[in-house]
Amino acid sequence: MATFTLNINGKEQEVDVDPSTPILWVLRDHLNLVGTKFGCGIAQCGACTIHLDGTATRACMLTVSTVGDSKITTIEGLSEKGDHPVQKAWLEEDVPQCGYCQAGQIMTASAFLDKNPNPTDGEIEMAMNGNICRCGTYTRIKKAVKLAAKS
Amino acid sequence: MTLVKTKIGRRSFIRNAGLASGGLVIGFNWLASCKMTPEQVNNLPKEWFEFNGFLKVGDNGMVTIMSPNPEIGQNVKTAMPMIVAEELDVAWKDVIVEQAPLNTDIFTRQLAGGSQSIRQGWESLRMAGATAKHMLKEAAAQAWGVSADEITVKDGVLTHQGSGNSAGFGEMASAASSIEVPEEVQLKDNGDFSIIGTDKRNVDGKKIVTGKPLFGLDVYKEGMLTAMIVHPPAFGMKFKSMNAESVKSMPGIKDVFHFEAYPDDVERQWADGGGIPELVAIVGNSTWECMQAKKALDVEWEEASKLESSAYHDEALASLLEKPQEEPAREDGNVDAAFKKATKIVESIYSAPYLAHNTMEPMNFFAHVTSEKAELLGPIQTPEFLEKTLVSRLGLPAEKIDIMMTRMGGGFGRRLYGTFAVEAASISQKMNAPVKLVYSREDDMTQGTYRPSYKVKFKAGLDEDGKLIAWHVRGAGTNDDLIFENRFPAGAVDNYLAEKHSLQSNVTTGAWRAPRSNFIAGAEQAFMDEVAEAAGKDPLEFRLELFDRAINNPVGDPEKNDYDPQRYAGVLKLVKEKANWGSETGKARGVAAYYCHNSYVAQVLELEDTDDMPRVENIWCAVDCGIVVNPLAAKNQIEGGMIDGIGHSTYSAMTFEEGKPQQSNFDNYRLMRHSEAPKNIEVFFVDNGIDPTGLGEPSLPPAIGALANALYKATGRRHYNQPFINEKPPLVG
Ligand code: FES
Ligand code: FES
Repeated sequence: MATFTLNINGKEQEVDVDPSTPILWVLRDHLNLVGTKFGCGIAQCGACTIHLDGTATRACMLTVSTVGDSKITTIEGLSEKGDHPVQKAWLEEDVPQCGYCQAGQIMTASAFLDKNPNPTDGEIEMAMNGNICRCGTYTRIKKAVKLAAKS
Repeated sequence: MTLVKTKIGRRSFIRNAGLASGGLVIGFNWLASCKMTPEQVNNLPKEWFEFNGFLKVGDNGMVTIMSPNPEIGQNVKTAMPMIVAEELDVAWKDVIVEQAPLNTDIFTRQLAGGSQSIRQGWESLRMAGATAKHMLKEAAAQAWGVSADEITVKDGVLTHQGSGNSAGFGEMASAASSIEVPEEVQLKDNGDFSIIGTDKRNVDGKKIVTGKPLFGLDVYKEGMLTAMIVHPPAFGMKFKSMNAESVKSMPGIKDVFHFEAYPDDVERQWADGGGIPELVAIVGNSTWECMQAKKALDVEWEEASKLESSAYHDEALASLLEKPQEEPAREDGNVDAAFKKATKIVESIYSAPYLAHNTMEPMNFFAHVTSEKAELLGPIQTPEFLEKTLVSRLGLPAEKIDIMMTRMGGGFGRRLYGTFAVEAASISQKMNAPVKLVYSREDDMTQGTYRPSYKVKFKAGLDEDGKLIAWHVRGAGTNDDLIFENRFPAGAVDNYLAEKHSLQSNVTTGAWRAPRSNFIAGAEQAFMDEVAEAAGKDPLEFRLELFDRAINNPVGDPEKNDYDPQRYAGVLKLVKEKANWGSETGKARGVAAYYCHNSYVAQVLELEDTDDMPRVENIWCAVDCGIVVNPLAAKNQIEGGMIDGIGHSTYSAMTFEEGKPQQSNFDNYRLMRHSEAPKNIEVFFVDNGIDPTGLGEPSLPPAIGALANALYKATGRRHYNQPFINEKPPLVG
């Protein structure tokens, strides 16, 4: 066990955990931030995507001891009122089916659009390829990313 | 208007003190935190009045509607309340939706399966709204001294033109809730619908996109421990021994033990499926600590039955295809004689592997079992069956077992089998503590309950005019006999023979989105193209000719045929028109149609024009599922179903060596990703006013046939064996 001070959604948070613990489980089990989802645990599905200093990162393989001062943003902290343009676009296009993958999809899309505000369809697909949706909402996700890019 | 007796499910409409607001959710406060948006909380009424098990009306006119069935992503949590709201005539914006817990006194068939929630809930949901509206009108009539028949209702407002009286539901709620429940109620004519048939966004949408706790895995409760299981590494193996001592002392670990989830004396329900009788449990403070202990734990397993490999399944299924069925499932005319007369014969074998469900949210469940009661909370498609098993497993009466459903991160049939909830309850009972059981992805993917592996052989005979005179289908699957003998083309061919076999296997299987149809439709529709080609006919016209036959002069007893040829042909004609079938686009196209879960779907699928790695560019899809409650969400289901079918038939497979699953996570089990998904999908619904039928499954099966047919056009080679990616040379990247 060791103590770590993490910067999460603009707040300093202290946790006492095993240094090998992935951020995913620190968020979920220790900080009650359950919006970041567990899907595979091996960086293959994207359900656990967070922003680490603004870059989309898989929280399931990011150990707490490697984070240091980096700023973590989770789906809960993406916007104060749930009105980030990507979140709004997701609602507008009524993207979710089961909804389980969508926090990860939104985190990937929002980090991507920050870097590439006017993407082509091909660029969107490549950026989103690490996020699986078992329900098959891919066509709507693409529409929503394009809609968010416009706003 | 239709007058209906409120007899069906009448119990549901009788008020009951136990139903009072919040009464059912006692002990489930976890859910209360995420029920409403802040705006809704501010507008909450001071008092709620219960009308029936489905709804209560607040003193400010807000209405809470309980959604009875489990939500797995099929969007019934929006659609079912829409139906209640329609008959109640409340404005949709004034509706709060809550997930109902399991309550067999009020609700019937609280089950997500067979695409039946809307179809089978249709009448009782409408009655729930209509009876409450009737009571509100009665209360207003008494207050105003007028006849209830003269009162009109719109958007939660009661109006009496003659006297100029008008009141919101909130003002009448108190008086109305004690009006007698009517013996009969009037339901609306379809033409008067103002909510049904309109686009309504997912009621949980905002919570989903902001990461609120909604799913089973999001359940965290005071004093809760986390549990993981270790199951046998191969089918055919069982627990022998383990050395748990060193693991027990690992940080955060509370206990490690071998246990029986299903002791011999437990009365199993079908929904216990392939529940593994003996497992090892690891219980600790946190998920990561349990995962670490799981890695360190050494368990010895022993062989209990044959260790089967995929090669064995393939051979055994292939040999069943050579074996006649003693009593054929269906026989019309004389196929042997017809094949002798035929001028052309087409014969092919199609196959598909086992598939895992792979819901994005792995299996999990919260359980708190004490000697007095059991509280369960989590993702389950069959809560009623789970309760029955728990009565037997825990030795508690049903009244002492509370089961609450969370939103589910996918179902696809896997959560019909509540084995994980039984395991969670067993572990909680042993620990005498609240426990959340969590499967790792590997646990989830390698524990079984798979879509069976299938093979089917078709043989068709044509006469000199290219008319189909004989059809013989013989199918086999692992633990499943695959063939629906009374489905198309039964009834459309003079000489028809259907035979089926099941291969017993210890690799456990279960319903997987559109069971059986998810393979047989694609195979049959691909074979139909082969036959049309041999007949020298356009594949779509060839199908329409067969439906003409089934409409005008059906073979055998038309009652026996499990489809309506008019509606079947209807979706084909609609998709023909929408896709402009027959026009030369220069791109490879395939068509397919199928009927399952009481709905009809036809698709035209078009591939990108590339030399290698063709990808689906366009799909036109025509659907006849009767009345569409929520078109926006309905299209989502149809799109998702097709993507699911195309993705799995192209990329996915579970295989086995000596009983051991060879795929365990998404690095070696491939699912379709963004850059492989169809680019454009257009969905068209047949508008016929028929009561609604299934929507979550029917679009998946034909997509595989349409894809196979388009691949043939693109490559000149038929694709017989799924996943198509394994066809050599690989044609789809
Ligand atoms: S859970 Fe992290 S990528 Fe799947
Ligand atoms: S919406 Fe269900 S996994 Fe994406």
